[in-house]
Amino acid sequence: MSETRPVTPAIGTLVGPAEPMVLNMGPQHPSTHGVLRVVLELDGEIVLKARPMIGYLHTGIEKSCESKTYSQAITLTDRIDYLAPLSNNLCYCLAAEKLLGLEAPKRAQYIRVLLTELTRIASHLVWLGTHAIDLGAMSVFLYTFREREEIVKIFEYLSGQRMMTSYFRIGGLALEPPADWLDRVRRVVDALPGHVDEYEELLTENRIWMARTQGVGVLSAADAIAMGASGPMLRGSGVAHDLRKAFPYSSYEEFDFQVQTQTAGDCYARYLVRVGEIRESLKIVRQAMEKIPAEGPIRAEAKGIIPPSREEMKSSIEGLIYHFKIFTEGFAPPPGEVYQAIESPRGELGVFMASDGSAKPYRVKFRAPSFVNLQSLSKLCEGRLIADVVACIGTTDIVLGEVDR
Amino acid sequence: MAEPQENDANPVVRKLREWDAQAVAEVIEFRGETTVVVPRAQIRPVAEFLALEPSLQFSFLSDITTLDRFPVEPRFEVNYHLVSLQRGERLRLKVRVPSSEARVPSVTAVWPTANWHERENFDLFGVRFEGHPDLTRILLPDEFEGYPLRKDYPTEGYR
Repeated sequence: MSETRPVTPAIGTLVGPAEPMVLNMGPQHPSTHGVLRVVLELDGEIVLKARPMIGYLHTGIEKSCESKTYSQAITLTDRIDYLAPLSNNLCYCLAAEKLLGLEAPKRAQYIRVLLTELTRIASHLVWLGTHAIDLGAMSVFLYTFREREEIVKIFEYLSGQRMMTSYFRIGGLALEPPADWLDRVRRVVDALPGHVDEYEELLTENRIWMARTQGVGVLSAADAIAMGASGPMLRGSGVAHDLRKAFPYSSYEEFDFQVQTQTAGDCYARYLVRVGEIRESLKIVRQAMEKIPAEGPIRAEAKGIIPPSREEMKSSIEGLIYHFKIFTEGFAPPPGEVYQAIESPRGELGVFMASDGSAKPYRVKFRAPSFVNLQSLSKLCEGRLIADVVACIGTTDIVLGEVDR
Repeated sequence: MAEPQENDANPVVRKLREWDAQAVAEVIEFRGETTVVVPRAQIRPVAEFLALEPSLQFSFLSDITTLDRFPVEPRFEVNYHLVSLQRGERLRLKVRVPSSEARVPSVTAVWPTANWHERENFDLFGVRFEGHPDLTRILLPDEFEGYPLRKDYPTEGYR
């Protein structure tokens, strides 16, 4: 056994019993962020092998989508990555629009950009708070959730829901946003940079924080690409790949922002990438606030696919018929297959959608970034202490709803 | 099956054909996305070529997913979504698999990330990936019977 023990630079060589101990971490462990179970093979306190066991939250969303119309399935997408529902809505709607050959009007596209960037900030705030609590820095959690609440209130103001928004619809948005919504956004956006400074003051130079994250869970750039890691996981390893830049969607090419990268590939690097992304997202939100026209259509025009306006439905018989047909039968895109990917807070969120020419999707597959990123967990943890497993799970930023779907 | 003039459209397809004329069974263009249908036996060498060829560098595998065309044969279509990070390009490979022999050579040796993707496809569709290091169920419990994403598996009621 002693020959096969991995080198542990942090600990040196320890001599322990020949038999490795198998320990189940989770699925009820508080630091596994839901219901992840990691089977750890241990030599003393050193992790020899870490095998993530998933599926405890599998709800068959992809199968359910096949028995709903294209519009009905949007409500299911909220529940995949429940910390970034608007990103899921966006990816699903973009895929359906690609299949239909539709494009949302510019005003809707900018509003989508603004809201998905707020989603990214909210998601990163939850991540930062929970990750800090995992590593023993309690107070950060209280601050980040305070700010996140303000963002969630904006979602509620627009869609009526804090989390399960379903605000983006195929071809545009569900509702015209309230008149003074941008003022609320401005208040949050003006306050946030100061708050992010506060978090950084608490953590970035904190010696305990640095000791717990620097050099822990190192993922090299080559390994990150080979393991299909995306989002902050990939950028923390020095690969400047961001789908908003590489394959722009929803008018992202018109926005000016920097792709955040770090070269170390450890937990600290991923922390810096995410904090940097909060600041970059704020820049995008500010630009979007300038760009959004005060008036204009929020839905594309396509008879039989996009529901007519309330007024039209109430005043013309044709509008009423379309309204009725769209909400009972749905609409049938041409047969074909498309793949649409967006940069969700966690990485490449993809929707593969196949149509057979009927009103229900033939197949919807969600390429969940958490699912793929979690695969690298064993690479991050092996040869480290159990306590580092918590740090590694934290910086992978998994959402189990998305892992298991 | 393949017509000579259609390969001029996409340089990747042209390079694939130059490398091995047998590697491309069909090319599908839809909504600006290119799908290359690859014969089942060729998927491993094609994957290796696309990932390692310096002028292509499809080093990133985003996703593997299956389509069940039940009751049409060949019943399954396994789709591979590739990305070239350096060149900013996407490509979809498709392998058609008959239900009588639902097996595909594994690509885990080319892209290690394929490990969990292939397990998921095995778990939900029952497509076997030959040469996979650990082909077990991933989302469903080990004792689960059937493959729920197949089209002959009902969404509700008694199965």
